[in-house]
Formats: sequence, structure tokens, C-alpha cells
Amino acid sequence: MIDIVGVKKSYPGRPVLRGIDLTVMSGETLAIIGGSGCGKSTLLKCVIGLVRPDAGAIVVDGMDIARLTNEADVARYRRRFGYLFQEGALFDSMSIWENVTFGLRYLTDIAPGRYRQIARDKLALVGLKDIEDLRPSELSGGMKKRVALARAIAAEPSYILYDEPTTGLDPIMSDVINDLILDLQKALKTTAIVVTHDMKSAYKVSSRMAMIHEGRVLAVAHPEVMKISNDPYVRQFIDGLSHGPIKMKLKEFEPELAADNGAAAGGAR
Amino acid sequence: MNDRGFVNALGAELLAMAETFGRFAFLTRSVVAWLYRAPIEWRQVLIQMSRIGVESLPVTTMTTFFTGMVLALQTGASSKHFFNEPLFVGTVVSFAMVMELSPVMTSLVVAGRAGAAIAAELGTMKVTEQIDALYTLGTDPVRYLIIPRLLAFFFVLPVLVIVSDFSGTFGGWVVSYVKLQIPTSVYLDDIFNNMEIRHFMHGFIKSFVFSVVISLICCFKGITTTGGAEGVGKSTTAAVVLSMVSVLIMDYFVTAILSALGIT
Ligand SMILES: Nc1ncnc2c1ncn2[C@@H]1O[C@H](COP(=O)(O)OP(=O)(O)OP(=O)(O)O)[C@@H](O)[C@H]1O
Ligand SMILES: [Mg+2]
Repeated sequence: MIDIVGVKKSYPGRPVLRGIDLTVMSGETLAIIGGSGCGKSTLLKCVIGLVRPDAGAIVVDGMDIARLTNEADVARYRRRFGYLFQEGALFDSMSIWENVTFGLRYLTDIAPGRYRQIARDKLALVGLKDIEDLRPSELSGGMKKRVALARAIAAEPSYILYDEPTTGLDPIMSDVINDLILDLQKALKTTAIVVTHDMKSAYKVSSRMAMIHEGRVLAVAHPEVMKISNDPYVRQFIDGLSHGPIKMKLKEFEPELAADNGAAAGGAR
Repeated sequence: MNDRGFVNALGAELLAMAETFGRFAFLTRSVVAWLYRAPIEWRQVLIQMSRIGVESLPVTTMTTFFTGMVLALQTGASSKHFFNEPLFVGTVVSFAMVMELSPVMTSLVVAGRAGAAIAAELGTMKVTEQIDALYTLGTDPVRYLIIPRLLAFFFVLPVLVIVSDFSGTFGGWVVSYVKLQIPTSVYLDDIFNNMEIRHFMHGFIKSFVFSVVISLICCFKGITTTGGAEGVGKSTTAAVVLSMVSVLIMDYFVTAILSALGIT
């Protein structure tokens, strides 16, 4: 169980998380949705301890990450997690199969002789084959994402944090990944947080959805309930409308934009 | 800028500096802790050793070869001026090389070559979140990235320095023989009648100190990189400049200590 209580985080001059309270039950998949830049990745990083919150607590199976002081305890805490980075974060000095199996050495006692086969199996799960010996720089964006996913799940962690698992994938591959997330949850009873902008994926994989807006949790609900929500913010977001209570940042620049356009038009004339 | 602004800026600068020192100290402590705590990744050490060695050897050999040549030329010219013949060229070249120039020049070149490469590599890993990824996969950048590089420097730099000792002395011989017409036996006698093991140790011990200075600074600058590709460029430059300056400053103090200990 992941218990997030009153987590706050600011970067210099910009508050990002302003008090997040969320609970993820064991075996459940929580989808987090919210506008770009609202702090979803930051929240995931707080959970795994890559970013230290300014306030609040994150408790996983009774361990509070903020209270772990020595590196060994922090390492033990992190071992429970698989983490899919938004940008993949593959090691570009290593081949694909070495990337996928990198964590096994430190997280499991599987014999190194079996790594290649494991890499092949995990890559097959994400719909990739015959790329074991390539380098990350030789892959497309969507392929990198899937290799990163294979790496995150390779050690079969009990918690998986997915940062936009289906972004950059075609619709069919997105659904393959959705199925994979569901399968992992069923077969290994993993507890997962999925950050996503892909509503179809969110509805399909999650047992609950949470929407973050302006650094706070705006709504938490079952996906079917979320779908028919009356909250104008939630409605606007899940329907993907540019008009509504959520003012996109763009709006603030509009006078300037108009002025720029005017100037440009003037120049062209 | 008004007075307040200046004081504030100065204060911010000093704070930032203090913070950097603090983080550097933390890194050093963490390195020492990991050396005890976990087995060393020898495979990585070997990979880094061959990389640093292969990258640097041609440049360091070339540099010190020419340094030896110019030393011989200068010594020959000045002693001809005073004594009408080139005297003690072998002695001057070999002592200057072995005790001072070969460790310092080699370290400077290695800092510019391998040190920059390390800072850029680790910096890129930092800004593309590969360092964060290491944490999530059950290891630690200090253990997996920094210690192997530190050890690789520690083992390779002294070897490069010994090669430089020879290439510099050889460069001196080429000039002595070809240009100054000093017989080889005289050149060698000049060296071996005066050189003792402690003179060699003087330079050899320095090379270990410089290896730690360069690798720690370059690794530190690498893993504390922020700000994308531009940041990588900045931290790489800073790593090279800082490690070169530190080598030259440390050189004085190490020389002073070694002299006090009689290794001179
Ligand atoms: N290292 C950092 N330094 C300063 N500001 C940062 C840093 N990382 C993130 N931010 C800021 O924090 C805010 C939240 O970033 P975050 O990456 O968590 O957003 P996100 O919700 O994941 O967005 P997206 O959906 O686009 O991935 C952004 O406004 C960003 O500018
Ligand atoms: Mg994000």
C-alpha cells in the first residue's frame, strides 16, 4: 500500500505540488491524469525517492521514505519499485538486452547465464523482437519507450510506477501495453500508479483514477464514475476541450501573442 | 547595481560555493563508504582503464617526448653558453621529467582528454535521467559509475607517467645525440650516476595524488550537471579547468610534503 499524505514540493519560484493526499491499495492500479506540467512526474519521483518532498509523508508498507536516513535502507525501499521514466532513460552505452536485464544483478539472484533469454522474453511482452543487440540510439521513440517498460518490469517488482506508458505508441501497440499492465496486475498482484494522458488507457487499466489540478487532487473515482463526472474541471479534461474552467497557460500570453501577430503582420505588409 | 544588490549577489555566490564544497565532501564520503560496503565492479574498472589508457597514451607520449626534446635543447644551449660544451644534459632532462614534468604534463593532458570525456559522459547521463534510472534498478551511481572511474584513473595514470618518464628521457636523448652530438654513453651516465629510486618515487607518488584529484573533480562535475545539453558543455569545461588548476596547486603541496619526508 502506498500512502501519500500532504505532499508538497516547490521548485525555485514555482510551487508544483501543494498538498497531495492519495492512497493506492495493494493490488490496485491508480491512474493519475492532469494537465501537462502539473507535477505528475514529480509526484512519481517523490514516491520512489528520487525527489524529496518539502513537506508531507509517503509511506510504503509502513516505511516512510523521508525517515530513511542511511543509503542501504533507501536502497531497500527502492528495490520494491519498477519505474518507467517518461523519456525512457535507457543507458546508451549498453545494448538493449543489457539495458533490460540491468536491474536483475542487483535486485534478484537470477544466474547471469539466463539474462539474455529473460531479455528476449520481456521484450516479447512489449512486442519487440530481434533487437537485443542494438543500441538505444538505433531505436525509434516508441521502441525506446517499450524497452524502458521491459526494463522496469524485468525484476518483477511488487510496485510499478508508469510515467506515460502509452505516449508515442500507435493505437494497437497502446492496447498491447494496456493488456500487459493488466496482466502484470493479475498475475503478479502488482500495485501500480499509471500517469497518463491517454484516457482510453486510463479507463482500461485503472481501478481508480485521480485527477491533479494546480498541485492538488481534484477528484478520485472509479473510471466509470469519472466518465460521467459532473465536475466541470474533470469534464473539460477528459473530454479534451479547450474552453472551460481550466485556463491553459496559453491564455495568459494571449495579449502578447496578439501583439506579436500584429507586429508580424505589420512587418509582412 | 546598488550596494544591497552587490552584497546579495556576493552572498549568494558564497553560499553556492559553500554548498558545492559540501556536496563534494558528501561525494568523497560516499565514495569511501561504498569502497567498504559493496564489492567493486571490476568489469567496469577494466573497461574504464582500457578507455582512459587508450585514449590518453598517444597524446601523453607525444607531449612528453617533445617536452624532453625541448629540455635537452635548452639545457644544451645554456650550458654551451657558460661552459662552451653541453654538460649534464641527461641529468637535467631526466630529473626534470621524472620528478616534475612527466607527472604534471601527463596529468594535464589526461585531464583534458579522459577527464573531459568522463564529465561529459556522466553529465549526459545525469540530464537524460540515466543516473536516476540506476537508483531505480537497485544500484548507486557512486558504486557503479564513480568508483570504477576513480580506480581506473588510479591504476592507469601512474602507468602513463612511467611511460612519459621514458618518452621524455628518450626525447632528450634524440636531441642530445642528433643535435648536440653527445655520445649515448655520456647521456646515460649523466642519468644513472645521479638518479636514485627516491627521485623516481617522488614523481610516481605525485601521479597517484593527481589521479584522485582529476577523477574526483570530473566525476563530481559530471553527476551534478543540470540544464540539458548546454549544462553538459558548461560542466565539462568547468571540470577540465578545475582539475588542471587543482593539479598545479596540489603539485606544490605534494612536493613540499615529499621534500619534508625526504623523498626528493
Ligand atoms: N528539476 C526541475 N527543476 C525545476 N523545475 C522543475 C524540475 N522538474 C520539473 N520542474 C517543474 O515542475 C513542474 C512539474 O513538472 P512535471 O515533470 O512533474 O510535470 P508533468 O505533470 O509530469 O508534465 P507532463 O505531463 O508534461 O509530463 C513543471 O512546471 C516543471 O517546469
Ligand atoms: Mg511528466
